[in-house]
Amino acid sequence: MKSQRSRRAVDLFMTALCGTCTALALIPLASILWLVVRNGAGAISLTFLTALPAPVGETGGGVGNAIAGTLFMVGLAALCGVPLGIGAGVFLAERGDGPLGRTVRFCAEVLGGVPSIVVGIVAWGLIVVPMHRFSALAGAAALAILMIPTLARATEEMIRLVPTALREASLALGVPAWRTSLSVVLRTALGGIVTAVLLALARAAGETAPLLFTALNNQYWNLRPDQPTSSLTVQIYNYAISPYDDWHQKAWAAALTLLLMVGLLNLTARWLAGGRMQRGPA
Amino acid sequence: MSERSKLEVRHLTAWFGKTAAIKDVSLSVPAHTVLAIIGPSGCGKSTFIRCLNRMHELTAGTRVEGSVLIEGEDLYARGVDPVFIRRRVGMVFQRPNVFPTMSIRENVLAGLRLNGVRGDHASILEDTLRRTALWDEVKDRLDESAVRLSGGQQQRLCIARAIAVEPEVLLMDEPASALDPIATARIEELIGELKQGYTIVIVTHNMQQAVRISDDTAFFYLGELVEHGPTKQIFTTPRVPRTEDYVTGKFG
Repeated sequence: MKSQRSRRAVDLFMTALCGTCTALALIPLASILWLVVRNGAGAISLTFLTALPAPVGETGGGVGNAIAGTLFMVGLAALCGVPLGIGAGVFLAERGDGPLGRTVRFCAEVLGGVPSIVVGIVAWGLIVVPMHRFSALAGAAALAILMIPTLARATEEMIRLVPTALREASLALGVPAWRTSLSVVLRTALGGIVTAVLLALARAAGETAPLLFTALNNQYWNLRPDQPTSSLTVQIYNYAISPYDDWHQKAWAAALTLLLMVGLLNLTARWLAGGRMQRGPA
Repeated sequence: MSERSKLEVRHLTAWFGKTAAIKDVSLSVPAHTVLAIIGPSGCGKSTFIRCLNRMHELTAGTRVEGSVLIEGEDLYARGVDPVFIRRRVGMVFQRPNVFPTMSIRENVLAGLRLNGVRGDHASILEDTLRRTALWDEVKDRLDESAVRLSGGQQQRLCIARAIAVEPEVLLMDEPASALDPIATARIEELIGELKQGYTIVIVTHNMQQAVRISDDTAFFYLGELVEHGPTKQIFTTPRVPRTEDYVTGKFG
């Protein structure tokens, strides 16, 4: 009886401890949401989401071009980064056991650990300097480089989760190995890979450092890849370091906008992943 | 054996690294017969049949010596593409492995579609599902996901998928071991019918099953072929004492 009582006490203590730790861990998240919503929600309006930024000294204006710029550059980056990342992941999963595979995996890990500002300066050196101008292309290139290693590893993991039995079933039908990889293995892993892509896009949309001296910023609409382009993150940075109260408020509102965009991507990814699990074992 | 032999194995040795899992096995299978492979776990039964459609070599560090002839053509001859071999030698696995992202229809036609084979897919679909006794159960839900079928139905779907590409030989690796007795009975019945069209090699742990469905039986022990002959003879008057010990349940 005594031992049971002491076990109950330990159980209660541990539960309380874990609960407290969880609550503490949630404080930063809650305070971020609270601060951003409280300071930003008031300034968000249709005009704010669609208009160009106002010139210095004038109030009003918005971040329409920055939203478009972020979507444009993330889209450009995805165009190059997604196929490369997934392709590398397929290679690592299917043929990655040799020396070449080990080298590629090692490089992906190293590349994944490179700070984003370093990737930004490389894109600056390789694209901005020779072109003599800041451009969406340079920003997108930096974002693509950041996407590739995470996508490659995530794709590899997802493909390795596909049971060998399915691969063998396909091979035993006389389906060539490449066709098996694409039509059976990749198709089975697709749900997980799409989730990984959305998470990578969300991460890229939130990057500032690699855009600071590649895409720079732009006060006007721009969808030309060879021109400086505004992005939400750089716009937040510019607004936040300015001396104007109106701009500070705009920084909060832009932050809330970015948070909502990234949150939407994350939720979609989660919803897709959940649906895949409900559809039964892969 | 007066029948023409469909499949002939000559001095087959299969390696995993430096270990030989199959040692110098020779046997032949006449057309339109069922050969049962029996033996205790780990004796190389599965490895043996995986050599018959060149699946063994998919595992890293494996190697095969000797030859396997289908209608006199050596599967292991230089320049033979294993992909084409596997279209002639179909395989059904121990656990049902339907493609989870595909519908029932797509599963049956997977081999044809993924290999770009044209033809009357609708009639192949119906014919194959009728031959595997699935048609009446699934004809109204052909576009549903295949994972919603029961285990026994899934295994019959796997058989349908294997025969839709019209192989000559059908390999089965304990196809009923994951199924309940009723589903097992249906698979056994099916094997009896499929024999008309195919030559079948089946691995089984269930000796009664071997007696019920096979014409010939081969007993493997530690990678060696101990005895091979008509099923009736193997189970009633085996020539080798070890075979007798195994089929009477003294070991294994």
